[in-house]
Amino acid sequence: MATEFELNGKSVNLDVDPAMPLLWAIRDIAGLTGTKYGCGKALCGACTVHLDGSPIRSCAVPVSAAAGKRITTIEGLSENGDHPVQKAWRDLNVPQCGYCQSGQIMTAVALLERNPNPSDAEIDTAMSGNICRCGTYTRIRSAIHKAAEEQS
Amino acid sequence: MSGLQRISRREFLRRTGQAGGGLVFALTLPGAARASDVVMPAMQPSGASVAPNVYVNIRDDGIVEIYCYRSEMGQGIRTSLPQVIADELEADWDKISVIQAVGDDKYGDQNTDGSTSIRKHFDLLRNAGATARDLMIAAAASRWGVPADECVARHHAVHHEASGRSAGFGELVDAASKLPLPETAAFKDRKDYRYIGKSLDTIDAMDFTTGRAIYGIDKTLPDMLYASIERCPAFGGTVASFDDSAAKQVAGVVAVIRLPEPTVPALFNLQGGIAVLADNTWAAEQGRKALKIEWDRGANGGYQDAAYKKSLLEAAQKPGTTMLERGDVDSETESTHDALYYAPLLAQAPMEPPAALARVNKDGTCDVWACVQNPQATRDTVAATLGVDKDKVTSHVTLLGGGFGRKSKPDFAAEAAWLSRETGRPVKVTWTREDDLRHGYFHSVSAQYYRAGMDAEGKTTSWLQRTAFPSIFSTFAPGVVTPTSMELGLGALDAPWNVPNLRIEACDATAHVRVGWLRSVCNIFHAFGACSFVDELAHLKGVDPKQHLLEMIGPARKIDPAADGAEYANYDQDLATYPVDTGRLAAVVNKVADMASWGRKLADGRGLGIAVHRSFLTYVGAVAEVSVDDSGKLVVHEMWICMDAGTVINPDRVIAQMEGAGIFGMSLAMHGELTAKDGGIVEGNFDTYPVVRMSEAPAAIHCHIMESDAPPGGVGEPGVPPIAPAIVNAYFAASGKRVRELPLRNAGLT
Repeated sequence: MATEFELNGKSVNLDVDPAMPLLWAIRDIAGLTGTKYGCGKALCGACTVHLDGSPIRSCAVPVSAAAGKRITTIEGLSENGDHPVQKAWRDLNVPQCGYCQSGQIMTAVALLERNPNPSDAEIDTAMSGNICRCGTYTRIRSAIHKAAEEQS
Repeated sequence: MSGLQRISRREFLRRTGQAGGGLVFALTLPGAARASDVVMPAMQPSGASVAPNVYVNIRDDGIVEIYCYRSEMGQGIRTSLPQVIADELEADWDKISVIQAVGDDKYGDQNTDGSTSIRKHFDLLRNAGATARDLMIAAAASRWGVPADECVARHHAVHHEASGRSAGFGELVDAASKLPLPETAAFKDRKDYRYIGKSLDTIDAMDFTTGRAIYGIDKTLPDMLYASIERCPAFGGTVASFDDSAAKQVAGVVAVIRLPEPTVPALFNLQGGIAVLADNTWAAEQGRKALKIEWDRGANGGYQDAAYKKSLLEAAQKPGTTMLERGDVDSETESTHDALYYAPLLAQAPMEPPAALARVNKDGTCDVWACVQNPQATRDTVAATLGVDKDKVTSHVTLLGGGFGRKSKPDFAAEAAWLSRETGRPVKVTWTREDDLRHGYFHSVSAQYYRAGMDAEGKTTSWLQRTAFPSIFSTFAPGVVTPTSMELGLGALDAPWNVPNLRIEACDATAHVRVGWLRSVCNIFHAFGACSFVDELAHLKGVDPKQHLLEMIGPARKIDPAADGAEYANYDQDLATYPVDTGRLAAVVNKVADMASWGRKLADGRGLGIAVHRSFLTYVGAVAEVSVDDSGKLVVHEMWICMDAGTVINPDRVIAQMEGAGIFGMSLAMHGELTAKDGGIVEGNFDTYPVVRMSEAPAAIHCHIMESDAPPGGVGEPGVPPIAPAIVNAYFAASGKRVRELPLRNAGLT
C-alpha cells in the first residue's frame, strides 16, 4: 500500500508497509540518510524530523502517519546548509562525530520557531530528548542562543 | 568453517598498539625509488601528480591530496592530521583535499585507538609533509639551476628570492616526478608553525550539519540486502533449534541464514546467531522478531551479575599476584584505613551502532564499508572469515558515529562479509541499540581494595592496592583469568603517590562476556578508586583535599615503575621521552583548583571535589561542583578541567574532547551499569542504560590546556578518568556520604 506525502518540498509516493517507521521509509526507501537511527524507541532523538513543522521521532511514527503531511528532514532544512541554526552549529564547532547532530539541529530549529529567544532552562527542556554521546551539550546551548540572536 | 582468525597475544598487542618496545612508523620508502615510481594513477582524477610518500599526492592542478589513514569518530583527526602535514609542506589550507585511506599496511599503524593518532604519529606526519616540501624545493631548484638551499617553500609555492622566481606546487609536479625522493627532511621550528597549534575549523563541518556525512550505517549499494541478526543472549551459546517459517512469511524477507557458531577465545570472530535478510531494515527486523529459537546458553549461561559482584569483591580482599612492590606495605604503621570499591560492566554505546556493508565480488574479492577504528584488523578479520588472502579484501572506512573503543572490534564487518558471500548480494548488517548493549565487547566490571598506612604525624607511608577484573586478554587467548601488566599499567602501576611502601596486586577474575575496552579503559576504575580513596584519607586526616592530594603526589620527580619490579608499558612509549612526571601532575592540580576558586565558601548541600590522573601520557585535573537535596537529586553545576597534553595540534578540538570527556565521565558516574541474568545482558536501550542528557549537563565545563612544548600526549581518552572521582568527592563534600560503588544512581541519587 502506497503512502503519499510531501518530503522536503517534493511529493513522494512510497509503496511500503504502512506500519514501517517513517525513519526507515525515509532512509531505506526514499534514500535520504541524513536522518539517523539511534534507538528505535523515541529515546535518543537522532531520527528527529518535522511533521508539518513539529519535531517528531521518526523511528516511532509509522509512515502512514505522514500521509498527506509535510515532512522535512535535515536535507530539506535549507538549500545550502545556511539555516541560522546550521550556521551557528558551524560557527561554534558544535559537532564532534556529527552523528546525532541532524536530530539536534531539527529539534533546535523547531524550538526556535515556537520560542525565538529561549532561556537555558527552556533549551534544556526542549533538547533533552536528544542524546549526544560525544557530549556537545554545552556548545549546543551556546549555538541555540547564537542562532536566536542571528534570527532576531 | 576453516581459517577462523586466531591471533597470538603478541599479535593482539601489535594490533592494539600496546606492544612494548615501540613500533617503528618511519616512512619506508627505498632511497633509490624515484617519485614517479610511487605515483598512484588510480587516485588521479585528471592530469599528472607526484606522491612523495603514501600520505601525500600533489596534483598538477595544485591540489594536495592528503590520505587520512586514521578513523574519524569525533576527535577531529580528519582536520588535525592534514594540519600537521600541510604545515610542514607549506601548503595552503584551501588547496588541501582529504581522502580517507582504506586499510593497508603501507600506511603503518591505522588502529585509531589508545589516543595514539597524534602522540605516536606526529613525527611521521611531519616527515610526510617535510619530505614533500623538500621534493618541491628540489624540483624548483633543478628547473632553475640554482642550489636548493637558496629556495624556500611558502604558500603552496617555491620561491627563489635572489632571482625573484616562483613556481606553484602544481607547476613543479612534472619536474618533481623525475627526482629521487627525499628520505628525510628537517622539521620546521615551532615558531614558524602556520597550522599546528591553531583551531582550524573541522573540515567535515558542512557535511555534519547538512546530513551529507556518510557513516557506516548510511552506505548503500544497488541490489543490497539489509540484515538483522538474533544472537544468543549469553556469549558463547549456540542454537539448539530454530523455526524460521514465520520469519520467511514477513513481507520483504528474502533469506534466513544461520551464522557459524562463536569461537573460544572470541577474538573478532563471528558470534553465531540467525540472520534475517530483507529488502529493507524494517522488514529484516520484523522477520527477526518472528524467529523462534531455542538456545543452548553454553558455558556463560549461569552468569548472574549479583553473584559475580560478590565473588569479585571477595577476590579483591585476598592477596593476588604482586605486580609492583616497593618497601613493605605490611610493616607496622601508626594507623591504617582501608576501603573496597566497585564499578560495573559498561557499554560504549556510540550513537551509531555497529553497522557494515559488504560485497563479495564475483572474482572472490570483497569490499567492505564500515565505521571501523581499525581498518587493517577489519581487513584481516574479513579475510579470515571468508578464508581468502587479505589482498582480496578492501576495507573502506566511513565516518564513525562515535567509537569509544567499540568500533576497534570489526566483528560486525565479518558478519556482513559472511552474509554477502552466502547470498551473492551486497549485505548491510545494522545492529539495533539492543544488540549494541547486549552483544558488545564490554568495559570490564571491577573491584578494588585499598589499604593505606599512616605514621604518627598522619603522613601516608604505605599504599596497598588490589585490583580484580576480567581481563581484556580473555577475549583473545584461552584461559586468561589474571589481569595483565598492560592493564595495570593503565592507572595502577604508575601510581604517583609519594609513599615508601607500595604494593599493587592483580586478583583473578573469570570473564563471562567478551571483554573489550572503552574510552580510557582500566584508567576509569583505577582513577575512580584511587582518587576517591585519597580523598577519604584527606577527610580522615582533616586536611583540605586539594592540599592532601598534592602531599600524596609529593615533590616533582620522575617515576619509573620498573624500579619497583613492574612491567610497565607507558602506553608503548619510552619513559625518557614521556616520563611519569609528578611535577606536571601537581601543576594541573594547582591550575584546576585555581580555575574553580578552590577553597571558596559554598552553601550547605553544595560541594567541590577534585581528582587528577595521568593516562595516555597526558595529565588531567578535574574539579566538579555539585549540590544534593533531601530527595537525592544530585546536580553537577559546573566542571573545571585542566589538561597538559604537551604539544597540541588543534586546541579547539582538544577542548571539545575535554568537554566530551566531562559528559562521558559523568554518564558513567551517574548512570552507567549493565547487569546480567543467565548470561544475558538485561539492559537494552537508553531507558535502562541512561546516559547524560542536556537537562543534566553542567551549566558550564571550563577547560584549560597547559602551554607546553613537550611531545604530544593523548587527548581523546585522558579527560575521562578524573571525572567520576571528582563528582564522587564533591558529593562527599556536599553530603558527608562516601559512595564507593558506581553508578551513583544505585546510591539513591538521581
